[in-house]
Amino acid sequence: MDAIILQILNGLDKGSAYALIALGLTLIFGTLGVVNFAHGALFMLGAFCAVVMQKLLNSVKITIDPEKLDFLGNPAEIKTPYVELWFGDFGSKLIDYSVPVSILLAIPFMILVGFVMERGLIKHFYKRPHADQILVTFGLAIVLQEIIKAAFGANPIQQPAPDSLSGALDIGVYLGFEANAIIYPYWRLIYFFFAIAVLGSMFAFLRYTTFGMVVRAGMADRETVGLLGIDINKRFTMMFGLAAAVTGLAGVMYSPILPPNYHMGMDFLVLSFVVVVVGGMGSLPGAVAAGFLLGILESFASMNEVKSFFDSIYIKSIDQIIIYLVAVVILLTRPRGLMGKAGVMEE
Amino acid sequence: MSAVFKNNDKTLFTVFVLAVLLGPILMAPFGASYPDLLQRFAIFGIFAIGFNILFGLTGYLSFGHAAFLGVGSYSAVWMFKLLSFNVIPALILAVIVSALFALLIGYISLRRSGIYFSILTLAFAEMMYRLAYSVLTPITNGETGLQVYSDDPQYLMGENGITTTHLFGIKMNDVFLRFEFLGREAQFNFGYYFAAIFLILAFYISIRIFRSPFGMMLRAIKSNQNRVNYTGLNSRPYTLAAFVISGVYAGLAGGLLACMDPLAGAERMQWTASGEVVLMTILGGAGTLLGPVLGASFIKYFEAIFSKINDNVLHTWFSFLPDGLENGIVWVLHFFVGKGWHLTLGTLFMLVVIFLPGGLLDGVTRLFNWVKNLGKKKPEEEQSTKASPAE
Repeated sequence: MDAIILQILNGLDKGSAYALIALGLTLIFGTLGVVNFAHGALFMLGAFCAVVMQKLLNSVKITIDPEKLDFLGNPAEIKTPYVELWFGDFGSKLIDYSVPVSILLAIPFMILVGFVMERGLIKHFYKRPHADQILVTFGLAIVLQEIIKAAFGANPIQQPAPDSLSGALDIGVYLGFEANAIIYPYWRLIYFFFAIAVLGSMFAFLRYTTFGMVVRAGMADRETVGLLGIDINKRFTMMFGLAAAVTGLAGVMYSPILPPNYHMGMDFLVLSFVVVVVGGMGSLPGAVAAGFLLGILESFASMNEVKSFFDSIYIKSIDQIIIYLVAVVILLTRPRGLMGKAGVMEE
Repeated sequence: MSAVFKNNDKTLFTVFVLAVLLGPILMAPFGASYPDLLQRFAIFGIFAIGFNILFGLTGYLSFGHAAFLGVGSYSAVWMFKLLSFNVIPALILAVIVSALFALLIGYISLRRSGIYFSILTLAFAEMMYRLAYSVLTPITNGETGLQVYSDDPQYLMGENGITTTHLFGIKMNDVFLRFEFLGREAQFNFGYYFAAIFLILAFYISIRIFRSPFGMMLRAIKSNQNRVNYTGLNSRPYTLAAFVISGVYAGLAGGLLACMDPLAGAERMQWTASGEVVLMTILGGAGTLLGPVLGASFIKYFEAIFSKINDNVLHTWFSFLPDGLENGIVWVLHFFVGKGWHLTLGTLFMLVVIFLPGGLLDGVTRLFNWVKNLGKKKPEEEQSTKASPAE
């Protein structure tokens, strides 16, 4: 029992990432009708916001202390980060909390990226065939990925979680199991709650604000909304920015779990497409539900018991392909996905 | 009309065959006449022609064709491991296995069309990549890649068998003729001509498909599938046939890759590799006969050239400029050459899709028409210089 709960928990953090990315993808698809192959690159850009923030906060001022000598006999160099000079203890706290702090950088940056992408590139592709949209965003994804590779190198860059949050929580004790039966890192728990908060506010925003109402109306019938005198294109551009921000935030907060590298976007992109298709294209709750489901499924497949069973029939590391297998089965039995509506991309 | 088309096709085919057979000489002035690159031209030409039969005719954009290429390579190497280094059984198995895979994947993916189809093929390709990379390690040798070892059975090898890939004794990597042409060396290689035979065959079959009722049917599906369905025709068998044909082309290309160099690795199946063949087809011109081959050669040529350029070469190129400007230009270009080839590829991809959706051939035609219209504006000139449009 405790093993099962542990696997469900393990699946939650990956599932939250899938859900956030898939939500962004579905939003863009539902509003603009564009399949965005550069969406994984947005996730990666978000993660690199954390890297940039960490580098900024850790930029140091070098002062020479004339009284002390280092072991070579030269005057010792003292490196103090600027933020510590300026803000004292609060500054060192800032450095410690560089990942959450980088959210402040990520939100405006990702919205800007979304705006530029939509106005500069994707706008010109609404009337072109879907194949062209796929291809141009695919090209953009390669370009973004290679730019990041040229700027930050090919190796993953470790992003430490804040010290006070780097431990693990013994959840098992609260549920009546023995100590150390279910240990779960704090950061993954935070990631899960963060994802829930973002998802919740996104849904609330779409549900309870006038802006959200207009966007939902535009998703249902773009032409009529336009006839009512509402500049729907403007709203959709803003939605693109928001979707980019959601995906970027998913990337920022994921960076302590998976050190950012330049191809993480591509790795997540294919999976999140599968998530969107399984959830049902154009359905926001479907995308979120499928994200969590597939994340948990993946972590179950990586259980030792399951793995050794599949090893015995000569299939190693089943967790690598389980999502794709399940996706194929679901699409064969329910071609519209779990919660797909009729008439979305059917032609 | 049809007679004219036939004649056009005959000329096109003759020119194509001549160009392919004289490839080593024609490519020599560009410094591209060495076996490895020439073989790549031919093999990826086959791959792109096959992809074009699916994408160019039916409009179904598959993002997983590299999977069939990989399957072809793996099966060919297995034949080398089990039988001998003769390429014929290897190619036969490559074609059969890739056809089976294409049939299975196509049968499932073609239940949906449009974006769903692209995503499904993408998911399948990713699954195949992971299968090859880790899951099926006993068959594919995982990360290391499949290769032939000296303790492999090789039942048909016999005593003192040939230890490189060969066609009944003709070794694939043999260069049988080399001479200077316009200051560069031209190398004639058996492997290239072996692949060239298949390229010509592939091109011929593709012409026949384009001009056949089957090809017309595929084009009808591209222009309006609903109308085809309402006419009472079932389009699935046609699209499935096109999918399997293009899968076989990819498998053949993969098998040929293994024939030139008996290795197979999972990275050949990555979805960026699938993206590359899409780019080749679009760059040349999807839906045209010659376009995919041109696109494939173009990309493989510039891949080979760009990877060789480094900062020093760039500095010698731009040494005539003032120092500051030179360093600036070199700094910018630095990201696009050498290891930055993928950045060039991505940029090229975007530029082609944005500005030249019809591909290079379409661009040439447009340029041609533009020049023709320039002449028309002047009233004195006669308008009789009407040339036949390029294929």
